[in-house]
Amino acid sequence: MDKITTIVKAENLSFSYDSRISPIFSGLNFIIKDEEFVSVLGKSGCGKTTLASILAGYLKPTSGRILIKDQSISRPGRNRILVNQENDLFVWMTTIQNISLVTNNKKDIISLLKLAGLYDSKDKYPKALSGGMKKRLSLVRALAVNPDFLILDEPFSSLDHNTKSVLESEIDKIISSNKKSTLLVTHDLDEAVFLSDRVIILGGNPTEVKKTIRIDAAHPRSQEFRNSSYFNSIKQKINESY
Amino acid sequence: MIKKIILALLLLGIYQLAYKLLLVRFYLPSLLQIVNSLVTNFSTPSFYIDIFSSLQRVFVGFLVATIVGVVLGILFGYNKFFRNLRFYIELLRPIPPIAWIPIAIIIFGLGDTSSYFIVFLGAFFPIFTSTYFSVISMPEIYKYVAQSFEIGKFKYIKNVIFFYSLPHIFTGMKIGIGMAWMSVIAAELIGAQSGLGYFIQLNRLLLQTDNVVVGMLIIGIIGLLLSKLVDLIETISTPWTK
Repeated sequence: MDKITTIVKAENLSFSYDSRISPIFSGLNFIIKDEEFVSVLGKSGCGKTTLASILAGYLKPTSGRILIKDQSISRPGRNRILVNQENDLFVWMTTIQNISLVTNNKKDIISLLKLAGLYDSKDKYPKALSGGMKKRLSLVRALAVNPDFLILDEPFSSLDHNTKSVLESEIDKIISSNKKSTLLVTHDLDEAVFLSDRVIILGGNPTEVKKTIRIDAAHPRSQEFRNSSYFNSIKQKINESY
Repeated sequence: MIKKIILALLLLGIYQLAYKLLLVRFYLPSLLQIVNSLVTNFSTPSFYIDIFSSLQRVFVGFLVATIVGVVLGILFGYNKFFRNLRFYIELLRPIPPIAWIPIAIIIFGLGDTSSYFIVFLGAFFPIFTSTYFSVISMPEIYKYVAQSFEIGKFKYIKNVIFFYSLPHIFTGMKIGIGMAWMSVIAAELIGAQSGLGYFIQLNRLLLQTDNVVVGMLIIGIIGLLLSKLVDLIETISTPWTK
């Protein structure tokens, strides 16, 4: 299932909010391959969200560069979309209007709404949607522009345990059926193991890549995968390096 | 509703008591005189012309103030060059509309144009200020999302900035309509040949205080109705805030 095409390449990435203080991370290198789901795991404050913002083009790295399909990026763009930790939906637009703003393809809009189970709520405003529905809408809006790369910044952080588990499965199905390269930023081990093909563990000061662990299991994954011995052995491996 | 009626009756009772006890009957009309005057005026066509004249001036001045206030508020909030020019708006803002009346009469003469101008000044500043501060306080996430999806400038201003600001614009409009109504009365007291302000001024000179109070009463009622009208338009125009 592995494809050799590299979609994202981070080269010697360093970032500091203030040049007088030590950088959050320095000399960070990693790649994400085509259709690969990679999670970046790290403790709070290690710069995960900053990394997501740099990959999205919201922030500029102090040094180093990001290449998307061999093209260096300098600003936000449609080839990689960040699904934010906070609610990034336009609250004054209905579900369908949120997607229609970014694409004119009506067929795609309808099929994405159906895929995300939001078709019946297409005329509702975000305020009337549940937390999980909002996240799904944010995700399918991102998919509507067919980006090369998706970035998910702790998208499940504000949800309760049950909603989170269900949504993780749904998002796994949506992303794997759309065959998108994805980077998930999280501090939740279960979430990272359940969704990813590879987990990058960040740590240290300044932050660096401590370890990379592969997870070989086909997508979409079932809830039973969470109870498997393989799942637990991966968790154990991550815990040792975390 | 019952509380409001009780309070109104209480205030009317206090008024009548003050009229009886404080021996101000030579200066103030009794409640009965006011009611009689109200009936008489409503059976006089010229009274309707005065009401219509004031409403027309408010409508024109307020409409122009809303369009100019919203357009400039968005422009000043969105564009750095214009933002630097806000100094001049702030310089003019503290000058009360009534202080402009002599200048307005010199420039526009004793006619409707002077009143439109005064109403415009009264309504413009609250609408401009609410719009401007709404635009500059818009969460950055909306800007980033718009940049990521490569939404064009015009579409961004129309679909994102304007609609984000709309509830705040209505707050400015609610203050603005009150200011517009106050300003038109002030303008008519000095520089008009019709309108409720002119009606009050004329009856003051004729010492017909019952008519003066009727004029004040109608000003209050119409002001309240205008404010309710803006509330209604807001409810219809911003369904996502319900």
